[in-house]
Amino acid sequence: MHALVFIKQVPDASQVRVNYETGTLIREGVPAILNPFEVHAVEEAVKIRQKFGGKVTILTMGPPQAADALKECLSRGADKGYLLSDRIFAGSDTLATSYALYEGAKKIIELEGEVDFFFAGKQAIDGDTAQTGPGIATRFNVPLVTYLIKLDEINLEEKYVIATRLTEFGQETLKVPIPVFFTVEESLNTLSHSPLPWLIKAAQSKIEILSGENVDLDKNQCGLKNSPTIVKKAFTPEKKQRGATLTGTFDEVVNQAAEKVAPFLNDAL
Amino acid sequence: MSNLKYDVIVVGAGPAGLAAATVLAKAGVKVIVIERGRFAGSKNVMGGVFYSDCMKGIIDDFPGKAPVERHIIDQRIWLLDNNSFVGFNHKNELFNKKPYNCHTVFRAKFDNWFAKQAADAGALIITRTLAKEAIIENNRIVGITTGRPDGDIKADCVIIADGVNSLLAKSLGFRKEIKRESVALAVKEVIGLDEKIINDRFNVKSGEGVTIEVTGSFFNGEAMAFIYTNKKSISLGVGMVVEDLVKNKINPNDLLESFKAHPSVAPLINGGETKEYLAHLIPEGGYKEMPKLIGNGVMVVGDAAMMVDAIHREGSNLAVTSGKLAAETYIEAAKAGDFSKKSLSLYEEKLKESFVMKDLKKYKGVPALLQHNKRLLQQYPKILNNAAFEILNVNGVSKHDKEKLLWKNMKQQIGVSNLIRDLFKLWRNVG
Repeated sequence: MHALVFIKQVPDASQVRVNYETGTLIREGVPAILNPFEVHAVEEAVKIRQKFGGKVTILTMGPPQAADALKECLSRGADKGYLLSDRIFAGSDTLATSYALYEGAKKIIELEGEVDFFFAGKQAIDGDTAQTGPGIATRFNVPLVTYLIKLDEINLEEKYVIATRLTEFGQETLKVPIPVFFTVEESLNTLSHSPLPWLIKAAQSKIEILSGENVDLDKNQCGLKNSPTIVKKAFTPEKKQRGATLTGTFDEVVNQAAEKVAPFLNDAL
Repeated sequence: MSNLKYDVIVVGAGPAGLAAATVLAKAGVKVIVIERGRFAGSKNVMGGVFYSDCMKGIIDDFPGKAPVERHIIDQRIWLLDNNSFVGFNHKNELFNKKPYNCHTVFRAKFDNWFAKQAADAGALIITRTLAKEAIIENNRIVGITTGRPDGDIKADCVIIADGVNSLLAKSLGFRKEIKRESVALAVKEVIGLDEKIINDRFNVKSGEGVTIEVTGSFFNGEAMAFIYTNKKSISLGVGMVVEDLVKNKINPNDLLESFKAHPSVAPLINGGETKEYLAHLIPEGGYKEMPKLIGNGVMVVGDAAMMVDAIHREGSNLAVTSGKLAAETYIEAAKAGDFSKKSLSLYEEKLKESFVMKDLKKYKGVPALLQHNKRLLQQYPKILNNAAFEILNVNGVSKHDKEKLLWKNMKQQIGVSNLIRDLFKLWRNVG
């Protein structure tokens, strides 16, 4: 079994504040963390490895500091981390990012062997697009199960999984052939406490760096120039005031409501 | 049962622990650092002044690439009253010479950098892991337990550097629960401002910094406040002994807000945006409240050992020095393979010879002096502020009459015998 987990290092959203005048995020001084959804993706991949054997590989694209996020994955039980890092990727939108990660993943398959399970978080908490994972899956032309909440069955011999995903209307349980790409919800699993030896191994391990040179790239699909996404406007939703709560018996509440609403109707009529 | 075995376990990745780890790793000692925070520095806070001298023999060419903010060339002291202050300051071009005397730093960045230096030297830094208890065999500490599966670690020696609340020092009975009058709660805000605005307001060039230490009647003589310049922000905070906070039912946030609104402070931070809000405990008990520092297979360093010289706002340099001395002690002890209390008593000797213990001992009476003589930082600053105003305000009264009036006020408010007593106490404790 070989699982490949795509992760992203993101600003700690609990510490990011919004500049209400410009509508932009204040990221300065905010520590970077592993995207919370991907913590669960790593956890699930490691759980599968503990059951079936094999290995878990991690891939991310980002600046050299992103190695810290990879090390955290290793401390959570992953076997090896790869960092795709090159200036040519700077400013990539989800289209260019999914292309770069697809090429990086192909390189990893070359180095580490065929992949059975691709994992990513359902979205990154800094952009909330939920596009990069599906973008990679589409490029690999493998089945895609988004919003995964449960892996009901894994059959490596007959090469299928039964997986449950969240939809807008409820849940959907699917039988899907392997290899398969999952984007996961936080409710997929509860995080376990990693044994100390895993943390020690992670601290001692080296992160493999893949640059644009190591990977077979079409440079015309990389970076800001080849990112068609345009941010037209960024704004902060207005804070809605909480409605008033009326208390009392039914009749009292109706009377209070009528009195409050009447002036507006008077104006309107 | 795990079979993790190292030469030394350092508990806590703050300045004390990281100094010890770096010195040990450079000497080829197998050392592991256990830190409960998500990264080294993630839980660490101080006002912000780090002295360079203590890094000698630990980091070559400090500060080098260390994430420091501004080097301090101008140090000011304010005795603050409600609408005024009387100040002293010392600005010196000698402080503009490398290696700089001290810098402002952000501990989250600084400790993380320091941890990377320790790791590069060969120390193993393990974060997100809590050191819970010491493992004791035959009256000797032989390791620690962590909250993790397979989480026991064995070692020849444990260096306890887990900070002001030191779980380990407490669980070993090295010290009791910290007394409320021996610990201050400090709250701090980082207020973002343009670099140029800071330069102009504090009369310095880029890279140069100012510190202002503040006390006085504005705080009823019970709090210490500070204003420090960073590259593009100002750190501003106030600390108060927990006993006084509780007794007077003071919310430290309110205290900080009133400080920010003071007419001498507000213009310095005007137009700034609060970027961070932090709080931390400072062990201020001094020499008299220090715990046991050594045992069989164990040494205590830094805040865990109450090594703070509060009146000189020094702490991190004492921490680093104590960590270094503990590391040197281990290296000596390893030659004989003896890590007993007797062998490790070298650490106590080294501390006594260093400025750490000399300073802590010299000012051992200060915490109690200030705690029990509120008048020192309350009435005197008020009298001083009034006196300065009277002398400088020209209103037709002769200087002779003004001096007489001031002296009369002093006698009424303090009394001659109290004045003599206070001067004597000050001389004995600080002089």
